[in-house]
Amino acid sequence: MKPGEHPRARTGTRPSRSPGRLAWRRLRADRTALITGGIMVALIAVALAAPLIEMLYGIGPSEQFQAELDDFGMPIGPAGGVSGQHWLGLEPGLGRDIFIRLVYGLRTSLVVAFAAAVVTTAVGVLVGLLTGFLGRWTDGVIGAVIDFALAMPFLIVALTVVPTLTQRFYGPRDAVPASFQVFSLVLVFAVFGWAIAARLVRGQVLSIRSREFVDAARVSGAGLGHILGREIAPNLIAPILVSFSLALPAYIAAEAGLSFLGIGILEPTPDFGRMIDRSLGYLQTDPAYVLFPGLLLFVMVLAFNMFGDALRDALDPRAEAGPR
Amino acid sequence: MIRFLLARSARAALTLVAVSMVTYAMFFLLPQDPVSAMCPKNCNAERLDRVRHDLDLDGPTVDGYLGYMKGIFVGRELDSAQGGYCEAPCLGYSYVNNEPVSRTIGRALPVTISIVIPAAALWLAFGLGLGLTSAWRPGSALDRAAVAVSLAGASLPLYFVGGLLLLIFTYRLGVVPVPHYTPLWRSPVDWASGLVLAWLALAFLFAAIYARLSRSQMLETMSEDFIRTARAKGLPPRQVYGRHALRAAITPLITVLGLDIGAALGGTVITEVTFGLRGMGRTAVDAVHTGDLPTIMATVLIAAAFIVIANVVVDATYHLIDPRARAQ
Repeated sequence: MKPGEHPRARTGTRPSRSPGRLAWRRLRADRTALITGGIMVALIAVALAAPLIEMLYGIGPSEQFQAELDDFGMPIGPAGGVSGQHWLGLEPGLGRDIFIRLVYGLRTSLVVAFAAAVVTTAVGVLVGLLTGFLGRWTDGVIGAVIDFALAMPFLIVALTVVPTLTQRFYGPRDAVPASFQVFSLVLVFAVFGWAIAARLVRGQVLSIRSREFVDAARVSGAGLGHILGREIAPNLIAPILVSFSLALPAYIAAEAGLSFLGIGILEPTPDFGRMIDRSLGYLQTDPAYVLFPGLLLFVMVLAFNMFGDALRDALDPRAEAGPR
Repeated sequence: MIRFLLARSARAALTLVAVSMVTYAMFFLLPQDPVSAMCPKNCNAERLDRVRHDLDLDGPTVDGYLGYMKGIFVGRELDSAQGGYCEAPCLGYSYVNNEPVSRTIGRALPVTISIVIPAAALWLAFGLGLGLTSAWRPGSALDRAAVAVSLAGASLPLYFVGGLLLLIFTYRLGVVPVPHYTPLWRSPVDWASGLVLAWLALAFLFAAIYARLSRSQMLETMSEDFIRTARAKGLPPRQVYGRHALRAAITPLITVLGLDIGAALGGTVITEVTFGLRGMGRTAVDAVHTGDLPTIMATVLIAAAFIVIANVVVDATYHLIDPRARAQ
């Protein structure tokens, strides 16, 4: 594309606008962002309204419809028992309704992902700000800790630590409450995930703090708090927003992955990873059971990923059109 | 170069020591009683005490850790119920598998290596190919299709792709046998046919990521001054693209490739579980489900070691191929 053809080349002639406004305009003009943003909002709304949907739909996530399965425990009807009553059919074996389990599974997935993304981003930003600005030995020490956290094999550590952590508080036969499962997942994601955000913020701080306006503030006698909070932080909002929005799909996938391995969220809490794990056992007899949770998980991760990309393009004035 | 390698290896060794300390603390201090967790059946108090003494868990924590490390480097004496003397590299004894942990690992590691290395060759070839074709004419229909494919691929859960591959190729078409591991030296054909689905699933996911990465790297490089110079002096576009740009764009890809292979060698957990292959990842998951502490500890430690070693290898490679890194 020649420079003259660049769609954003014209922005220069417009009256000046704040960077936030500009980003918002670019985002609204981006069709991908609109569609994926719409999907995201819809999924979040469904997750929030899960109890309401349950009321309207008339079936709960743990209700079993064994009577509607055949002698082998398989759902009767097309595509795994799809019918007017059970929109996406029934689970083989237990005979639970797939649609309402997906609705609640969305909830589990988004709660873990949002909590993990918020905590890791917050910790990462704080550490990154401090190390990037204080420099000298704090930077060296925390830099080594960051290196170390990134050297841990994430999936293996997560899958081994969660049960050990659970063992610490619950006996082998105790029922572990779902809230504790969520908590320990978020904790493990936080302990090993903050380093990614911290490294990003540190790099940004290092490049920003040598700019003239920071020197100007320092020379005019501003304290550390003022420089960090008022001079540097506003310049970090864009990269932080982007890293947060791209952390969400990563945690959605990681949570589902761990639950697939039987380590994160356990039955009977509805969860995509658990559903796909169970469904792989019925691959030959009831393939529709694999498809529904798999496709929904795919659509969700894809929408969040694409929106994150679009957000990055909108926030970065230098970005080329289209995903990179 | 040698000085660089030495310094880099020293730092890596330090990182490994830190990793081993933290893993040891995680698995031997976090559970309420590691010894009874390790020895679930037929363990009376006397036996528990003996195991505790063998693992130096009755004294200060430091002794337990030092005992473990000593086992890795020179071997250590264990209770007869733990198989007696455990030679280096001793990673402890698993009551669940009734064998030294190093033997379990010795069986699992070749499986994971057999999955990762061919898959890495596939994903590099496909990812780079896709990325290069789409960056050749950015914005073209081909580019948009490639971007869509790679975006979709990067968002598909591995176990879902694996399930679909199994469903189509094994159960419906019957062209590929149920995944299994046969050592390469016993029968190359069985080795390949038993692992091909795992290669494809893993390669599909990573190829998508590499395609995105190589595309954006190429686009960035193509706007650099030296490319303009090459064009201006009249070199054919193919040569500018395939030689000048590719060489500059490929270095970050080497970093990522090295780190990915390192991480994958520690266990391609989801791939192995989906296809029922008993590699490092599957071993870790099984150990977690049976509460087999020594095996869990060993898998984490080995996986971390692979990552740290991969880091050193990547840095050294960089040093060799990129003159800019040498100058620093």
